[in-house]
Amino acid sequence: MGEDQVSLTQHVVPIEAGAHVVHAAFLDGQPVLALGDGVVWVNERRVVAHPEGAILSAANDGKWLVTGGDDGRLVATGSGGPSEPLADEKGNWIDAVATREGAVAWSVAKQIRARDSGGHVKSWTAPTSGRGLAFLPKGYRVAVAHYNGVSLWFPNAAAEPTLLEWKGSHLDVTVSPDGRFLVTSMQENSLHGWRLSDARNMRMTGYPGKTRSVSWSHDGNWLATSGADACVVWPFKDKDGPMGKAPRECGVRPQRITQVAFHPRALVVAVGYADGLVLLCRLGDGAEILVRNSTPEAGAISALAWDSKGSRLMFGTDAGAAGLLTLPA
Amino acid sequence: MAAPLTENSSADKIPVTVLTGYLGAGKTTLLNRILSEPHGKRYAVIVNEFGEIGIDNELVVGADEEVFEMNNGCICCTVRGDLIRIIEGLMKRKGKFDAIIVETTGLADPAPVAQTFFVDEDVQKVARLDAVVTVADAKWLSARLRDAPEAKNQIAFADVIILNKTDLVSPAELREVEARIRAINPYARLHRAQKCNVEIAEVLERRAFDLERILDIEPEFLTVDEHDHEHDHDHAHHHHEHHGLKHFHDEDMQSISARYEGDLDPNKFMPWINQLTQALGPSILRCKGIVALKGDPKRFVFQGVHMMLDGEPQREWKPDEKRESKVVFIGRDLDEELIRKGFFNCAA
Repeated sequence: MGEDQVSLTQHVVPIEAGAHVVHAAFLDGQPVLALGDGVVWVNERRVVAHPEGAILSAANDGKWLVTGGDDGRLVATGSGGPSEPLADEKGNWIDAVATREGAVAWSVAKQIRARDSGGHVKSWTAPTSGRGLAFLPKGYRVAVAHYNGVSLWFPNAAAEPTLLEWKGSHLDVTVSPDGRFLVTSMQENSLHGWRLSDARNMRMTGYPGKTRSVSWSHDGNWLATSGADACVVWPFKDKDGPMGKAPRECGVRPQRITQVAFHPRALVVAVGYADGLVLLCRLGDGAEILVRNSTPEAGAISALAWDSKGSRLMFGTDAGAAGLLTLPA
Repeated sequence: MAAPLTENSSADKIPVTVLTGYLGAGKTTLLNRILSEPHGKRYAVIVNEFGEIGIDNELVVGADEEVFEMNNGCICCTVRGDLIRIIEGLMKRKGKFDAIIVETTGLADPAPVAQTFFVDEDVQKVARLDAVVTVADAKWLSARLRDAPEAKNQIAFADVIILNKTDLVSPAELREVEARIRAINPYARLHRAQKCNVEIAEVLERRAFDLERILDIEPEFLTVDEHDHEHDHDHAHHHHEHHGLKHFHDEDMQSISARYEGDLDPNKFMPWINQLTQALGPSILRCKGIVALKGDPKRFVFQGVHMMLDGEPQREWKPDEKRESKVVFIGRDLDEELIRKGFFNCAA
């Protein structure tokens, strides 16, 4: 980083989140944070979504934030009204949540459940605890990451889910916006991908740490990933995805990247680091803009989210700091 | 790469105590005892069976004991996937509890739990393995050591052994079961107990995996029973009861120790210990050592679990201290001659 680096730090309004920021979102344009102390922060208003509980997992579809707690409750919070309970797992932890267009999927150890927009709940028992969950972009189908692979489950079909097998413990799962590729992060500091048309495997390795944050570019051609001292961005445009291609790297610093979020309209990725610094990196030329300076005592960046227009970026840390950047017009 | 400033020092890390013991030995009794004492600490307890814990107001988390193999070419490298997930979740409540206790099932192998702390970087950042505590049934342990390999693993792996239900056996039977334990693991702290009545300080905050605390490696001949509160840490009083013990030799699980009165050549010792643990990793349950490396004013201390090794230079040798090198291995079917020969070949 040169001294002449462009900075947007003066356009950031700090937010006192007060607890581990698990997830950031914009609901109907309102900035929202899901917090480790069970609170959902909605634009200065604190909604106690999980009284006495901690929020372990969260997802949003732009309308609703769905949070899973260590109190066993699955709760939906909108930008306006109070929280609304969706399910009660009797104190068992809700480890993962995914949403799409009013449908919700969640996992309680091996129990995987899906609730359609009409409120009908279906269950499936995974071979081992479900870790990451993701809805496929087409149809009502859920990808469940677990030990030794990913299962593709149609909640409304009686058939056993399709298993994409790969040895090892799969953590998070994501599906490309066009539905061609599915990618998991793994315990062994690597990513594993499948081309869904023929279940062809692809391995993306070389990370010094686990990848726990990924983000697709708006055109679906790039996948930005955390887990290294640079934001590693894999090309997915071609029919073979990143097979045989080198990834791009941006935001290289001597700090581990913990969160990534692609801008919704431009090939710019927001990158959050373990020391609390946030950068915007342009994929084309690697240009960097500073959003937040390093503040190690305020924790590692644990959540990043753009609004739908890409004019605001929200970030939060695992020590309870947060901020909202509004890009100058 | 500079170490991240946000990384906690060892003092800030949450201590994790692993509670093992064969079915019916009294793990839950010990757990309830720990939780019900007026210790002023808040524990997060990871259990396999809900409902057996009679204490409210504790953070109790159900676990499934999911043992996962790592894809790193190391056949014995297994971790507890559920533990990684649960510790990650607990950290969202950081500041709400002081320590974690993991209760394993009666048939569990303690190795995957311990290895989780060697392998997983995210777990290492926030938590540290404090000790493996094994509860054993004084009446039935001798039989279990014959027919249940899990029970033997749990004894071999332990840093602290609570020999429970001593009121149900005669003094001769008690001596015999203690001798059988010592034949497998002479290094663990052994406490006699009835209904797991041990001091909480003997179970928690042991720092058994803290290299800074590995000051000496000597067999503990003396059983520390419930009336002994001297607990000196220099082990000054060994050999006291030694003459009263019958010696047992366990057929397949042994501890092997070797001592060299002098310096080792670091260029010989480091490759040797690495190769040995790679080659014999599946058979070696635990290893420890304090070594004098030629040219190094500091004591080199290491410990390991199967193929995982952790070592660092510790404090300096004192002027009046004899520079010497000691290693200990506890494991199954270990070739004593091979290990001792390899060790002595490292002499500087």
